[in-house]
Amino acid sequence: MENEFLTDWGLTLLVFAPLIGAAIMAAIPRESEGSHKMVALATTLVTAAIGIWLFVDFDYDRAGDLQFVQDRSWIDLIDSRYIVGLDGLSLPLIALTLFIVPLVIIYSWNHIPEPGNPKAFLMLILILHTGMLGSFVAQDLILFFVFFEVVLLPMYFMIGVWGGPERQYASIKFFLYTLFGSALMIISFLALYFLSDTGLVPAALAETTTLGEHTFDMRALPAAVSGIASGTALWIFGGMFMGFGIKVPMFPFHTWLPDAHTQAPTQGSVILAAVLLKLGTYGFVRIAIPILPGAAMSWAPWIGGLAVIGIIYGALGCLAQTDMKRLIAFSSVAHMGYVMLGIATLTELGINAAVFGMVAHGLITGMLFFVAGSIKERYHTLEIRRLGGLLKQAPKMGWILGMCTMASLGLPGLAGFWGEFPAIMSAYNPAEGLNVELFRFYMVVAALGTVLAAGYLLWLYQRTTFGTPSEEFEDDPNIHDLGGPEMVAWVPILIAIVLFGVLPGLILDVTDPAISGLLAASLGG
Amino acid sequence: MIATLLSQFNMLAVESGGPVLESSGWLLENVWLIPLIPAISFVLIILFGKKAPKEGAEIGMVSIIAVLVLSFLTMTQWMSARDQAVPTTDGEAAVAVLDQAVGGSGEQAAAGDSVDDGAGETAQSFEAAVDAEGGESGQYLPVVRDTDWWSVGALTITVGTMVDGLTVMMLVTVGLVSTLVHLFSLEYVKGDTRFTHYYAFLSLFTSAMLLYVVSSSLLQMLVAWELVGLCSFVLIGHWWEEKANTDASMKAFLTNRVGDIGLLVGVTILIVTLGTSDVLEINRLALNGGTSHLVLLVASCCLMAAVASKSGQFPLHTWLPDAMAGPTPVSALIHAATMVVAGVFLIARLYPVFWEGLSIGTSSINLMAVMGGFTTIMAGALAFVQRDIKKVLAYSTVSQLGYMVMALGVGAWTAGVFHLFTHAFFKACLFLGAGALSHACHHSFDMKAEMGGLRKKMPLTFWTFILGTGALAGVPPLAGFWSKDELLAGAWAGQEQGYPIIFIMGCIIAFLTAAYMTRVIWLVFFGEYRGHDHPHDPPLVMALPLLVLSALAVIAGFFNLPHTGPFKNLPDNIAERFLHYVEPTYFEAFPVVKHSGFITWIALLSIGLGLLAIFTTSMYYKKCVALGVTELPNGLTKRNKLFAAGYKFLENKYYLDHLYTGIIAGGTKGVIARATNWFNSNVLDGIVNGAGRSAVAGGRWTYKNIDQGVVDAVVKGSGTGSSGVGQLLRGIQTGKVQQYGALLFAGVTVLAAVFIVVV
Repeated sequence: MENEFLTDWGLTLLVFAPLIGAAIMAAIPRESEGSHKMVALATTLVTAAIGIWLFVDFDYDRAGDLQFVQDRSWIDLIDSRYIVGLDGLSLPLIALTLFIVPLVIIYSWNHIPEPGNPKAFLMLILILHTGMLGSFVAQDLILFFVFFEVVLLPMYFMIGVWGGPERQYASIKFFLYTLFGSALMIISFLALYFLSDTGLVPAALAETTTLGEHTFDMRALPAAVSGIASGTALWIFGGMFMGFGIKVPMFPFHTWLPDAHTQAPTQGSVILAAVLLKLGTYGFVRIAIPILPGAAMSWAPWIGGLAVIGIIYGALGCLAQTDMKRLIAFSSVAHMGYVMLGIATLTELGINAAVFGMVAHGLITGMLFFVAGSIKERYHTLEIRRLGGLLKQAPKMGWILGMCTMASLGLPGLAGFWGEFPAIMSAYNPAEGLNVELFRFYMVVAALGTVLAAGYLLWLYQRTTFGTPSEEFEDDPNIHDLGGPEMVAWVPILIAIVLFGVLPGLILDVTDPAISGLLAASLGG
Repeated sequence: MIATLLSQFNMLAVESGGPVLESSGWLLENVWLIPLIPAISFVLIILFGKKAPKEGAEIGMVSIIAVLVLSFLTMTQWMSARDQAVPTTDGEAAVAVLDQAVGGSGEQAAAGDSVDDGAGETAQSFEAAVDAEGGESGQYLPVVRDTDWWSVGALTITVGTMVDGLTVMMLVTVGLVSTLVHLFSLEYVKGDTRFTHYYAFLSLFTSAMLLYVVSSSLLQMLVAWELVGLCSFVLIGHWWEEKANTDASMKAFLTNRVGDIGLLVGVTILIVTLGTSDVLEINRLALNGGTSHLVLLVASCCLMAAVASKSGQFPLHTWLPDAMAGPTPVSALIHAATMVVAGVFLIARLYPVFWEGLSIGTSSINLMAVMGGFTTIMAGALAFVQRDIKKVLAYSTVSQLGYMVMALGVGAWTAGVFHLFTHAFFKACLFLGAGALSHACHHSFDMKAEMGGLRKKMPLTFWTFILGTGALAGVPPLAGFWSKDELLAGAWAGQEQGYPIIFIMGCIIAFLTAAYMTRVIWLVFFGEYRGHDHPHDPPLVMALPLLVLSALAVIAGFFNLPHTGPFKNLPDNIAERFLHYVEPTYFEAFPVVKHSGFITWIALLSIGLGLLAIFTTSMYYKKCVALGVTELPNGLTKRNKLFAAGYKFLENKYYLDHLYTGIIAGGTKGVIARATNWFNSNVLDGIVNGAGRSAVAGGRWTYKNIDQGVVDAVVKGSGTGSSGVGQLLRGIQTGKVQQYGALLFAGVTVLAAVFIVVV
C-alpha cells in the first residue's frame, strides 16, 4: 500500500483498461483479424498485470478492510459518488475474472463462432470485462447498478448474433428476464436511498467521505438504514432478492439460463457461467445481507429452501436432458444452489463456502463449457445419444472431461468439493435465530444432491466418453484431439482446479477476514 | 520367528545409517513420505510411462517396493517404541501427558503465527503407562504430527499424520498386498492396451489408501476415502469399451455416493459439534462426555451408512460383486484386501464414537453388530448360487467384511482388526488364484463351463488355493481359524453382557463359509476338465505372489496366538503380539475393552461346524463328480418347491438390484427427471413466456386502442398469439423496445408507489 499511484488510481485503471483496448480496436479496420486478436489479448493481459500488481500490493493482514479506495464526487444531484475499493471478498472474484477472460480470448484464436467478425466479438468481450470488474469493486449502489447493467448488453449481443439456432429467443429472454430483476433491484436501491439517514453513519466513516442527507454509499448504508421499519426492510430485501436471485439464478427464476447457455457461443457460455452468475451471489453477500441483516434473517429460511429445491431440481433437470450443453447449464442451477444454501445460513463458514463455491464453479463449469464447445466443433452436435467413445477418438479431451466431471461432482482434492461440503457443514449450525431443525433438513437434502450430481455427471460421461464411437463419427477426419489454443487456454484452469482443491486456504484465508467483518458489522458476530 | 524377522529389519535400518532409527522414531513422525512416493509415481507414470521401456510398470514397481520397505521400517520403529514404553502405575500422569498431547492443537492454533511454515508439531510420542490388564502393557500414545489446513472463524481444520498400531498394521498390509499385486499384474495385464494407465492408477490407489490410513484428521480421511473410490471407479471400468464394465464402475461409484451422504453428514456432525477435525481429539471428547449421547448416536448411524457402502454391508453391498468387472489383480487389491476394509478401518479408528453412540460396551445387541451379522449370512448364502468364481469370492468378501463389522460391534476390537489383517492375505491369495485360473482357461471365470479337474493340470495353483480356502474356512492352524475363533469368543463373551444372537449368526456363517468354499474347490479342481483350453500353472511372476500369500495364509494367524486356556504357558513374547502392538492403550481416547481370551469349547465348535460343512458338501459333489455333472439332477432344489423358490430368490440376489437399478435409479432417471423437465419447460417457462406474451399483447392493445393510428403496422408480421413465443418476443426485439421500456417504467412507478405507501 506504499504505492501512491496504485492507491489512488489502481482500481480505476483496472476497471477501464479493457475499454481502452476496445477503443484501440475500434480504430483498427475490421479486416486485420490477427491484430484484433493481438490487441484483445494484450489488453486482457495488461489488465491482469494491473490486477496482479494490486494483489501484490494488497495488505492481506487487513483483508477485511477496503483498500485502494477511490472516493470522488460523481452525480451530486442524487448524492451518488464514484467509490471503488477492494477487499478480501472482491479479490477472489476479480482474480477469477482476470484469469478467465484472457483464456477465453486465447481460445477464440481459432474458435470465432459464426458469423465471424472477431473485431466486434472481441470488443464485446472487453466491454463485458469492464462491466464485470466494475461490479466487483463498486462501493456505491448506483455505480454498482451501472456496471451490473453494462454487463447485460454485450452478452445480449453475443448470444443474439453469435449464438445457436434459437439465439433470438434465448437472447431476448436473457435480456428481459434480467432486466426485470434489475428494475426491482433499482427500486430497492432507491428506497434505501430515500430511507437512509446519514446522521446515523459512524463518524469514523463520515469523516473520510462527503455525505449528503441521503446516500448510496454501500459502506455507510448499513448504519444509515439501521432505523427503518422491519416490514419495509422485508420489501426492500425482496426487491434485491429478485434482482440478484434471477441473476444467480435461483429456482424458480432460472429458466432463462438453460436457453441462454445452450444458444450462446462457447465463449459466452464460459463467461456467463464463470463470472456473470456470480454477480448475483456477490450481490447478496456484498449488498443485500450487510445492509439489511434483519430482513436477511427473515428471508434466510426461504432462500435456503429455494436453494435446496434448486439443488435437487437442477439435478433432476440434468438427468432429463438430451443435449450436453443444456445439461451443463442445468447443473449450474444445482451448483449455485449450494452457494445460496451457504449464504442462507448467514454464518461465516457458509458464506466463505459460498465465495469458494463461486470461484470453484466458475473454473469448473467454465471448463465444462469449453470442452462442450470443442466437442461441438468436432462433432457438430451435442446430442448425447449420438456421441460416445470420445476417449477413443480424442483421448486427451476425454481425460480432461473426466477430470472436470469429477471436479463438478465435488470430488475431494479438487476445487468443487470445498464449495459444496463446507456449505453442507454450515447448514448444520445456521446463524443464531434461524430454525436449526429446518436447516438440518436442508443439510440432508443438499447431501442427497451430491448423489444426484454424481448420477447425471457420470451418466453423461459414460454416454459421451466411454464406449466406442458411433458409426456416424467413426472415421470422421474432423475429429481430432486437443489443439494448441485449447491446450493453452485449458491447462491453467485445470491447474487452478487442482491447486484450490488441495489448498483451499488460498481462497479462504483471503475471504474469511472480509466476511467475518461484514457479518460482525451486520449480525453482531 | 517374528522377533527374528523384526530384528533383521532393525539391523537393515541401522545399517542404512542416518537418523532412521532414533529412539523417537524418525519415520513415525515423517510417515507422510509413504503415501507421497506412490503419488509421485502416479504423476511420473502419467507423464513418462508410455515412453519408458517397461511402459511405466518399472516406476510403479520401484515405488511400491520403497513403500513396502518404509512400511516395515515404520512397523519396527513403532514396535521398538512400544516396547520401550516404561510401565508405570501412575494413571493420572499418563492422562496429563495425553492432555498435553492432544490438547496441544488448540494452543498451537493460537501460537501458530510464530511458525510460518505451519509445520507445528502438536503431539509427540509419550511414554506412560496404565496398569491395564495383567500389568504388561504400557500406555503408548499415537505419534501425531499435523498442521493447519484451512480455517474459517473459530473452526480450524488440520491435516497431518497419526501413527499407532492400527496405522502400522494397515501400512504393512496395504504395502505387502499392493506389492504382490503389482508383481502379479506384470504378467496378467501384459499386452493390455492401457497397461500404462493401469499401473498409474495402481499407484494412485496405493497412495490414496496409504494417505487414508495415516490421516490424523477426519476431513483428510474423507478426502482419501473419496480418492480411493475414484481409483476403484477407474479400475473397475478399465475396459471401458464394454458398457457392462462402465455400468459396474458407475454402480460402484454411485452406491458409494449414497453411503457418502452418511459420511458427509456424520463428519459434519462430529466436526461441528466437537469443534475439531483431529481424530484423536474427537475420540477423546466422544469418550469423555464432549457431547451428548444422542449426537454420537446420530453421528455413528450416519457413519454406518458410509461403512455399509464402502465395506459392502447390507443394504449397500450390491456394487461389490459387480465390481468384479475390473481386472482380477485389482479385485484382489481393491475389492478384497484393502479399499473395501476402509469402512472397517473407519470404525476401528473412530471406535470411541461408535462405542458411546451405539452403546457397544453395555448392550447385548446394536446396529453395528446386527448389520455385520446379517450381512455375513446374507452374502454367504449368495455365494452358493454363483457360477462365476470371482463372484463367489466377492460375496465371500462381503460376508467376511460383515464378520469384521460384527466383531467390532460386539466390542471385540482386536478380533475384528485381526480378521481384517488375516483376511487381506488369504482373500488376496484366492483372488490371484482365480486370476491364474482364468489366465489359463480362456479368460473365463465360469466354474461350471470352463473349469473342473484342474488339480492335476495346475498343481501349484491348486495347493495355494487350497491353503487360502482352508484359511478362509477356518481350518486350524491356518490364519482364518485364529481370527475367526477370537471373534466368535468375543461375541460370546461380549462386554458387560454377551451377544448371544450375534454369536449364533457367527456360528452359522462358520458353517456356510466352509461349505461354499468346498463347492468351489470341487467345481474347479475335481472331476473332469470341462473347458477347451490347455490349462497350465502360471509363470513365475504370477506364481510368486501366490506362494507368498498362501504362506501368509498359513502363518498370519500366529501373530496373535491366545494366551489363555490351553495356551497360557506360551512365552510372553510370542502370544498376543498383535494385541500388544496394535490395540490402542491410550485409554483417554480409547475404551477399555474386555478380552474374552481363548474359549476351548467355542474353538471346538467352530472346527466341528467347519468340518461338518466340508464333509456334507463333499458328499454332494462326490456324487456329482461320479455322474459327471455340476449339480445333482435330483437335488433338493429340484424336488422341493420351497427350496426351488429359495434358490431363485438367491439367484436374483434378493431382488435388490431390481429395486435399486430398476426402480430407484430408473425411476429417478426416467419418470421423476422427465416430470421435472416437463414442469420446467411447461409450467415455469410457460409462466415466463406467458408473461412475455401478455406484455406484448398488452403493448399491442395499448398501441391499438390508445395510440391509434398505425394499427396495421403492428398487426402485420405477428399472429394472434398462436405463432409461437419466439416470434412474439422477436416482435419486441425488432423495433418495439420502447414499448417494453414504457411498460417497465409503468411497473417501476407502480412499485415505487407501493413503497411510498408502505413508508
